[in-house]
Amino acid sequence: MKKFKSILFYTALTISAMIFVYPFYWMVMASIAPENEIGSLTIVPTSLTLSSYAQMVDKIPIGGAFINSLIVASSITIGVLIFGSMIGYALSKLVFRGRELIFYVIIFTMTLPFQITLIPQYIIMVKFGWIDTYWALIVPYLINALSIIMFRQYFKSIPDSLIDAARLDGCNELQIIFRILWPNSMPAIITIGIITFMASWNEVLWPLIVIRDESLMTMPQLVTLFAVGGRAESQLGVKLASAVMLALPIVLAYLFFQKYFIQSMASTGIKE
Amino acid sequence: MFVAFPVVFSVVLTFHKWNIIAPMEYTGLNNYILLFNDKIFLKSVGNTLIFLLIHIPLQIIIALFIAEILNQKIKLKGAFRGAFFLPVIVSGVVVTILWQQLYGFDTGLFNRLLTGIGLGKIGWLTDPDIAMASIAVMATWKNVGLYIILFLVGLQTVPTQYYEAADLEGANHWQKFFKITLPMINPTIFMVVILSTIGGFSLFIEPYIMTGGGPLNSTISAVLYIYKQGFFYYHMGYAATLGLFFAFIILAVVVVQKKFIEKDH
Repeated sequence: MKKFKSILFYTALTISAMIFVYPFYWMVMASIAPENEIGSLTIVPTSLTLSSYAQMVDKIPIGGAFINSLIVASSITIGVLIFGSMIGYALSKLVFRGRELIFYVIIFTMTLPFQITLIPQYIIMVKFGWIDTYWALIVPYLINALSIIMFRQYFKSIPDSLIDAARLDGCNELQIIFRILWPNSMPAIITIGIITFMASWNEVLWPLIVIRDESLMTMPQLVTLFAVGGRAESQLGVKLASAVMLALPIVLAYLFFQKYFIQSMASTGIKE
Repeated sequence: MFVAFPVVFSVVLTFHKWNIIAPMEYTGLNNYILLFNDKIFLKSVGNTLIFLLIHIPLQIIIALFIAEILNQKIKLKGAFRGAFFLPVIVSGVVVTILWQQLYGFDTGLFNRLLTGIGLGKIGWLTDPDIAMASIAVMATWKNVGLYIILFLVGLQTVPTQYYEAADLEGANHWQKFFKITLPMINPTIFMVVILSTIGGFSLFIEPYIMTGGGPLNSTISAVLYIYKQGFFYYHMGYAATLGLFFAFIILAVVVVQKKFIEKDH
């Protein structure tokens, strides 16, 4: 009976796992299959070709979009870590009037649906003359409520005596944050870093709104417009090749840091 | 300041007509009157609710089922978990382009499977009665990995003594599941409902790529419609009105869910 049960479990798990992995496998195979075979492809094509990739590179500036995505996602991640830890430090370790009020305002911004702020934020970008610049892609994301709350929470667990000792040694506030707190907060930094980078890498609605110039587009936006617009000329292989390129960097990172990805995502869900 | 300004500005905008270039024109409550007579907007809100009604129960059932199995003594647990989590980290753009092919009418994998076992083809994305459900199934496939992990964490907080006591009294697997597991992980269920509600209300890129909102506006989501009003027609005042109104719907739904689940507890 016990044995039967465990066979049942493994079968169910294997079938479910296949349902989640096989479509990705199919996508990669379809992107390197000859175009006329995609419609009947199941496991492996009869021959392999990179022609879909060659055509895609010909049609869209995918390399430039990769660089743009890298610049935008890295800048946002670094900014969120720096500002998040500075504000998180002030809210957890410094005593000043209105501290709790500021904290509640930050929580309130988290619960505010983005559907309200979308239009006003766009208008701000227009008034600043930031449409079609990196600024529009980066600046609105630099201060992030969730990261502030997570840093605040984490810093609270670090004893005040450590900070007092650093102050006696002549550290200023910035040195305390980056020399004393950062090395002691690696789990928080990794978690916030991963979720921020992933969210900015995958963001697509905002770029669609503020970027019109193709040379400034990030990968998700470029791939979206390529798939929706007529330029893929209804060739499945080319569309799928662009999707593979978009997925590749994050999937590679995931393969190396799988444990951190899962922990990070799960912990943000739990803290909310 | 950076919080208050957009909100206040948004409210001001709802009383104006503005295409950004020409000066703002005060129109009183006109935007609100337009909204309540805008059949497409009301349909887009309805569509979004339909999406949630399919997506959330499906997500909870599948996530709980897989988490429950993964919570047994299973080898290769990490590998399985990694597989379920893969769609979560990948961009929605990738998932949508991929599933558009899987749902394809003539050569899509699903219809090939159906004709292979002798059934007829289904217009996954072309039949207005089915298209939204197709998108909800895809979204579930994309997100369920995260909720499997959350449920796993929740399941591990249930004290094993409870199960041992139930075993002594001869309870079967289902009794244990409904009498012990479900009540104990109620907080996790609540969190999953809220998270997927908020996620579902921001549904945008999937219909944008897959169907453009069609067929017959059956998949147009509220965010997609706001996007079209704002950034296709440049009806800034009207789009802000839709955004504000829709945000109130979101808050109302979340509050109702909260009341409902707390009472249930």
